[in-house]
Amino acid sequence: MKKEVVRLENVWVHYNRVPILEGINLTIYQHDFLGIIGPNGGGKSTLLKVILGLIKPDKGEIKVFGRPPEKSRERIGYLSQYKAFDREFPISVWDVVLMARMGLYEMFKRYSEKDKKLAESALKTVEMLNYKDRQIGTLSGGQQQRVLIARALVSNPELLLLDEPTAGIDAAAQREFYELLKKLNEKTTIVLVSHDLTAVSVYVDKIACLNRKLFYHNSKEIRPEDIEATYQCPIELIAHGVPHRVLKEH
Amino acid sequence: MIESLQYEFMQNALAAGLLASIVCGIIGVYVVVNRMVFISGGIAHTAFGGVGLSFFLGISPMIGALFFAIASALGIGMISKKTKLPEDTAIGILWAVGMALGVIFIGLTPGYVPGISTYLFGNILIVSSGDLHLMLVLVTVIVSVIFLLYKGFFALSFDEEFGGLRGIPTGYLYFLLLCLIALSVIVMMQAVGIILVIALLTVPAAITKQFTYNMKKMMIFSILLSMVFTVCGLWISYELNIASGATIILVAGVGFVISLLFSKRSLY
Repeated sequence: MKKEVVRLENVWVHYNRVPILEGINLTIYQHDFLGIIGPNGGGKSTLLKVILGLIKPDKGEIKVFGRPPEKSRERIGYLSQYKAFDREFPISVWDVVLMARMGLYEMFKRYSEKDKKLAESALKTVEMLNYKDRQIGTLSGGQQQRVLIARALVSNPELLLLDEPTAGIDAAAQREFYELLKKLNEKTTIVLVSHDLTAVSVYVDKIACLNRKLFYHNSKEIRPEDIEATYQCPIELIAHGVPHRVLKEH
Repeated sequence: MIESLQYEFMQNALAAGLLASIVCGIIGVYVVVNRMVFISGGIAHTAFGGVGLSFFLGISPMIGALFFAIASALGIGMISKKTKLPEDTAIGILWAVGMALGVIFIGLTPGYVPGISTYLFGNILIVSSGDLHLMLVLVTVIVSVIFLLYKGFFALSFDEEFGGLRGIPTGYLYFLLLCLIALSVIVMMQAVGIILVIALLTVPAAITKQFTYNMKKMMIFSILLSMVFTVCGLWISYELNIASGATIILVAGVGFVISLLFSKRSLY
């Protein structure tokens, strides 16, 4: 029996009394590589924020590593949506990554040798160590994304949450990026959120569809009716045949 | 300029200019990188209500202004964090209401009220020793808080959400930063006046941002630059017998234009 990493039971979230998440039930197991797809505004980012404990559900239970989400944050690496920060900000790649070693008490201290070693190895993992003195905004979109992944990896998280990690990245860089994730998945549970079904489906092991309601069968299989319910219009899906099959033969 | 330094008012003016430079170098960097220029303008103008109230009550204008500036900083923080009212709407309202209160209080004060323009446009030549002591206290507070919490403010500025996830109390730090801006406004009020404060707060940081992406270096060079601006402005205003606050701002403005010629970053 695989270990449970995240467990949501009948989770509801509202914004201005409009439901964003409706009765979500989801269990994520150790070493899962789960892709969550769905239209923009379907609640994908909200779901990740619920798992991080940034958004409190109005109803329902949520456990991360068997504890309340805000108590498990140390064990989670998080990559927020691309637009989250100012590219012109006066900060080097090195300082972006080191930021992951901050905390309430660490705030008053200098970074330790251990912090620097961890930051260095995280940058090595994403092959960005040579760029450590560059200002973040001078890098290409794909390189910036690698740096942010490094920041999410610094503290060796057991769970990695990625919100639209390939937005604004060209196809070649995307492929490299997914190969990197595949490698990371050997040690880490990964949840990846995207509105781009085809790109995701090639690399992830399991797929869930989310549009306020979640459709998930703990596998890589999506039923056409789930897709229709998620996107609220019939979508023509092309099943590519092995090894990228998403749709069941029908 | 050198011989004029034998006068106490000139010594005080120079000291006030240098103290103001320290805070506008440090706090100005936060204002620029966090795009809080309009917020700072709001805090500064609301402080005028405190100036008016102080005249009405017969207390030191710096005290009243300090009280109003802190109150408006906390008010803006509350509105932007706790309500759905757009931040710029709230700032615009506070800005004008603060000024209006100042005008009303001054109107209600019996007799002639001297030196209103001092607080609006600054007059660094009439800084008293008492003012200087208050400025010194405020500068010490600002510099110590930044020194102690530098990493926290850095995280808040770059990526508030991520900082929060790592356990940085970003909510409290945001309010603290607003209060530090309020204190800086009071330190700079005598030198350049409420209306001109924003320029001295933004110009040095806006210049250094074009040449370095290291925030600590930005702060150090912003302090040095604003020292150059205040001393040059003071000297020119003394020689030509023109308003000191406005001269300092004009020198800074010219400095900014010159910096654009040497800028490495393309701005368009």
